Amino acid sequence: MIVLEHVTVSYGTGIGRIFAASDVSFRVEEGAAFGLVGESGSGKSTVLRAIAGLIPHAEGRVMLAGREMPMRRSTSERKMVQMVFQDPYGSLHPNQTVDQTLSMPIAIHKLGDSDRRISSVLREVGLGREHRYRYPHQLSGGQRQRVAIARALVLEPRILLLDEPTSALDVSVQAEILNLLARLRQIHGLTLLMVSHDLAVIAHLCERIGVMSNGSLIELTSAEALSSGRVTHSYTRQLLRSNRGFDRSGAEIVDAAS
Amino acid sequence: MNGTLTWRGWLLDPAPVSRRQARLGRWFRAWLAFRRNGLAMTGLFVVSALVLTALAAPLLVDPRAAILQVLTERLQPPSSSHWFGVDELGRDIFARIVFGARTTLIIVALVSAIVTPVGLGIGLAAGYFGSWIDAVLMRITDIFLSFPRLVLALAFAAALGPGIENAVIAIALTTWPPYARLARAETLTHRRSEFIEAAELQGASHLRIIMSQIMPLCLPSVIIRLTLDMAGIILTAAGLGFLGLAAQPPAPEWGAMVSSGRQVLLGQWWVSTIPGIAIFVTSVGFNLLGDGLRDVADSRSS
Repeated sequence: MIVLEHVTVSYGTGIGRIFAASDVSFRVEEGAAFGLVGESGSGKSTVLRAIAGLIPHAEGRVMLAGREMPMRRSTSERKMVQMVFQDPYGSLHPNQTVDQTLSMPIAIHKLGDSDRRISSVLREVGLGREHRYRYPHQLSGGQRQRVAIARALVLEPRILLLDEPTSALDVSVQAEILNLLARLRQIHGLTLLMVSHDLAVIAHLCERIGVMSNGSLIELTSAEALSSGRVTHSYTRQLLRSNRGFDRSGAEIVDAAS
Repeated sequence: MNGTLTWRGWLLDPAPVSRRQARLGRWFRAWLAFRRNGLAMTGLFVVSALVLTALAAPLLVDPRAAILQVLTERLQPPSSSHWFGVDELGRDIFARIVFGARTTLIIVALVSAIVTPVGLGIGLAAGYFGSWIDAVLMRITDIFLSFPRLVLALAFAAALGPGIENAVIAIALTTWPPYARLARAETLTHRRSEFIEAAELQGASHLRIIMSQIMPLCLPSVIIRLTLDMAGIILTAAGLGFLGLAAQPPAPEWGAMVSSGRQVLLGQWWVSTIPGIAIFVTSVGFNLLGDGLRDVADSRSS
């Protein structure tokens, strides 16, 4: 469903050229969930944005559903891929009600039947009629993220990109959102690609996991392998340790690595 | 009583059931915040009084009184028959003030109608597209900004010939640049927001993003700025009128009225002073209203 071949994203030219992601290749089968982990600045969000078509990639190929994506995507190509952003406070228009936010994509793609589509997608993400005409400031963080998920789903995409969808939420809400995403994936047969720095969140939702560091994909592994600690790359081991909490052994590895 | 309570409840309902109720509720909350501000309400009162006066001018005074010259009564002081006195050509000053409100309001309305779309359009385009479009549009804005406002307006009014329409064009040409800058700055703060990226991802065109996502966020600050600028626009119009470059005699215009009374200022103070007071009160009214609107907008965004 998603195939990346030697994708490179860079800013600037000549000596000042900075590679945000270099030579990243992986593939995600239809209906699968793939996770990208890495620390801040490792290039994982850059890869996600390149797949979404929000930033152009300099080299390599991005293929979605068997078609290579051009620089300027058509409306139908847009419809196929939707994204849920990290910050539910910044990803919703502050002056628009939930209803307005959800009716815009329907209007753009001329899907019609706006009223029924909006109420059914709201029901799907666990929001009631009473939320439909509220402004974002009248909703909690978790509710806002549900609206953001509904906005992505209203176009009935085949691929859902998740950019740290739970990191701005508190722990109890995080679990709710992750369970919602898992359920939606099953119902719609969505292909998920999630980016996170939190291994626990990634392992909860994704079977296959890619580890990124300094703009390159350094290891491809599975959630199973990760939870049993069977990882090959030293960086992945270090990441695993740091996610289990701060302890002395983690610090020693950092010392040894530096 | 029960009826008003239900209206209030409907407007303040935290879970509105229609788009209209949500929007009206939002306006009603803003109105409640605005109402608490005494000075802003004074401003609103003055501005509404001006608008009502202008609309009802023919009902308040005989339309002919504003230009009717009764030379035997010239320079009469304020009295029960002439509330604001009589000017040097024997015209009733009260009638001229009332009809002058129309002139002032027309100038203000026309200037706003030109300045808002021009300023917003240039600012939005510059902020949204960036790169060379931004550079070109902003340098043009800088050129217009570098002229002293009244002098440029004077030059335009003098070149185009005196008259209200030309005064409006002259004022509008010198007023739009700050609006373009304001709209550009507002656009830049929202340009990289995730909700804009989300709209892009949904396939929204540039025009749709600008009109439906960014413009509604820029509009409040532009309207507030415009209200605060009203005083300046009225004063510029009065200044052009004073110099004889706006409304032509015998049409009543407050600035021209101040000007016509300056020879008799010491002996017959009312001829200049009363239109001066009208200009002053209107300017202060618009300023207070603008301040109040800004307070409401600030409290809402925080």
